[in-house]
Amino acid sequence: MNFNRAKTFLLAAVALCFVISLFEKNINSYWLSVCYDIGINIILAVSLNLINGYTGQFSLGHAGFMAVGAYTAAAITNQFTGSNPALADATFLGALLAGGLLAAVAGLLVGIPTLRLRGDYLAIVTLGFGEIIRVILQNMDAVGGPRGYSVMHNWTNFFWAFAIAAVTIYTILALVHSTYGRGFIAVQDDEIAAAAVGINPTKYKVTAFVVGAFFAGIAGGLYAHAKYFISPDGFGFMKSIEIVVMVILGGMGNTPGVILAAILLTLLPEGLRSLADVPSLPGISTQYPLSWIGNTRMIIYSLLLVVIMLIRPQGLFVFKKDKASCR
Amino acid sequence: MINGLADGSILALIALGYTMVYGILRSINFAHGDVFMIGAFAGLYLTPKVAAFLPTPSIWAGLVVMLAAMAICAVLGILIERFAYRPLRRSPKLSVLITAIGISLFLEYAGQFVFGAAPRSFPVLIPSTHITQIHGLSIDSNQIIVLVVTIVLLIVLRFIVLKTKIGMAMRALSFNPEAAALMGVNTDVVISFTFGLGSALAAAAGILFAINYPAVDPLMGVLPGLKAFCAAVLGGIGNLPGAALGALIIGIVETFVAGSEFSTYRDAIAFAILILILLIKPSGLLGKKDIEKV
Repeated sequence: MNFNRAKTFLLAAVALCFVISLFEKNINSYWLSVCYDIGINIILAVSLNLINGYTGQFSLGHAGFMAVGAYTAAAITNQFTGSNPALADATFLGALLAGGLLAAVAGLLVGIPTLRLRGDYLAIVTLGFGEIIRVILQNMDAVGGPRGYSVMHNWTNFFWAFAIAAVTIYTILALVHSTYGRGFIAVQDDEIAAAAVGINPTKYKVTAFVVGAFFAGIAGGLYAHAKYFISPDGFGFMKSIEIVVMVILGGMGNTPGVILAAILLTLLPEGLRSLADVPSLPGISTQYPLSWIGNTRMIIYSLLLVVIMLIRPQGLFVFKKDKASCR
Repeated sequence: MINGLADGSILALIALGYTMVYGILRSINFAHGDVFMIGAFAGLYLTPKVAAFLPTPSIWAGLVVMLAAMAICAVLGILIERFAYRPLRRSPKLSVLITAIGISLFLEYAGQFVFGAAPRSFPVLIPSTHITQIHGLSIDSNQIIVLVVTIVLLIVLRFIVLKTKIGMAMRALSFNPEAAALMGVNTDVVISFTFGLGSALAAAAGILFAINYPAVDPLMGVLPGLKAFCAAVLGGIGNLPGAALGALIIGIVETFVAGSEFSTYRDAIAFAILILILLIKPSGLLGKKDIEKV
């Protein structure tokens, strides 16, 4: 990848986000919140792709890192009561970074068992960490415990969600395509061979977990400030699974595919919902002919998931064999 | 302690299904916890039907309901395998994982659609009495039933796996699928049978769970499913006695924690035990160590 070009793209993406965010007031607020979800899901999926796709580990605890980031950021911004917009932005950025750093520490804690575990054993341990984080949050009265925690500021906007998504994509791609980062792919392809040529697999695995968790924490902070309300149940096992599905559907270690899958899987349930609201169809006389979709949309969603996987088991957006070729 | 044994044996029945499927296919059957839920709902709907010709609550009615639910879930398990897993036999393992998750979500949402999302109370299937012992120890007769049924099912399972021809085929398949196929083992039939057997055990667990905690809802399978998976990994996945042992350990420790001042941490404890044990012995309690060759 040509880095100067990539940097230009990054700047252009951030600038575009800023321009779009100026028109934010003109966009329907429902679709705007769907857009935030898309941005957040892109961050989550791309960062999980570093762990699951490029490094070949199998983490089922991404929602746990997200929860750490969300609660940390919300706890910090809830202290903020001023009205200065510049100060508010600085606080928000600081809170997001703090959430990311704390999540990275959690990632370090999870990364350490990867020294010894692999495959399904690792999957269940990361799942366990995610669940433990959830139960601990349920028992923390300072942040509301099982009742959830309300977030005072709705600071997440189009600019933050997508600019950070662009930074995430850029960082992960730059990391993986750097000389150092080739090691991630080497560890994924063959750990023993990688060790034999002087790559330290443990170091790479832990790095992947820490970097992935950092961005998941930031996504968590964005999520908290987009929804005003977070509860431990929102960061359960199902949320982790949702992110894993995005990564696998997009194709492991295929960043553009993963981004597309994140967009598609966020839009799919919402799109089905709006189909249910179509008042009439040509040729059909009844009103709201598709309203049955409203009740069954999650059933349709799960069936589509199975069918897509049966048709394209290698991932929806994988068109060539070579995983890491970008040159 | 008795509570823990009862919980542990229900978990053991679910964990055995996980571990059997893993032993043969090397993949996690995420829909297993939902088969457990379907088993409990099958019990809910069958009870009035059985009550028409057998006096309920009685042990016989309970047995009939349980066997019928096991049969229904065995068919369900075989169907799941046929349509969601078999077409992907030659694909990467992770694709199978996604279809498993898809099926799991499908069963949960379809369950909410068909059965309603609110918890439903489970009818009294077997009369429950308290048996009080000398030391003031109170045991519910249902817990005895759970233990007895589990032990009987484990003996039957052990007989099937160790003494019958299809059991031998199952073991051969988990040892080396290609070699087993070359020796004339019909792999598809054996895999279907394994899914059926595992799902039947999950259904039995579902009924026992519903008898012990008389409420069923479409999401009831998620947490027991995860814990049973933990138990299977704890004992060394793919290892039948290991799964039972892991489940008993988790059940007992969980009950003790629930009785202590840390009761709100109950749901995390299964995972904490698992992580601790895997840190010390990465292949599980009774698991074999795989030596990786280059």
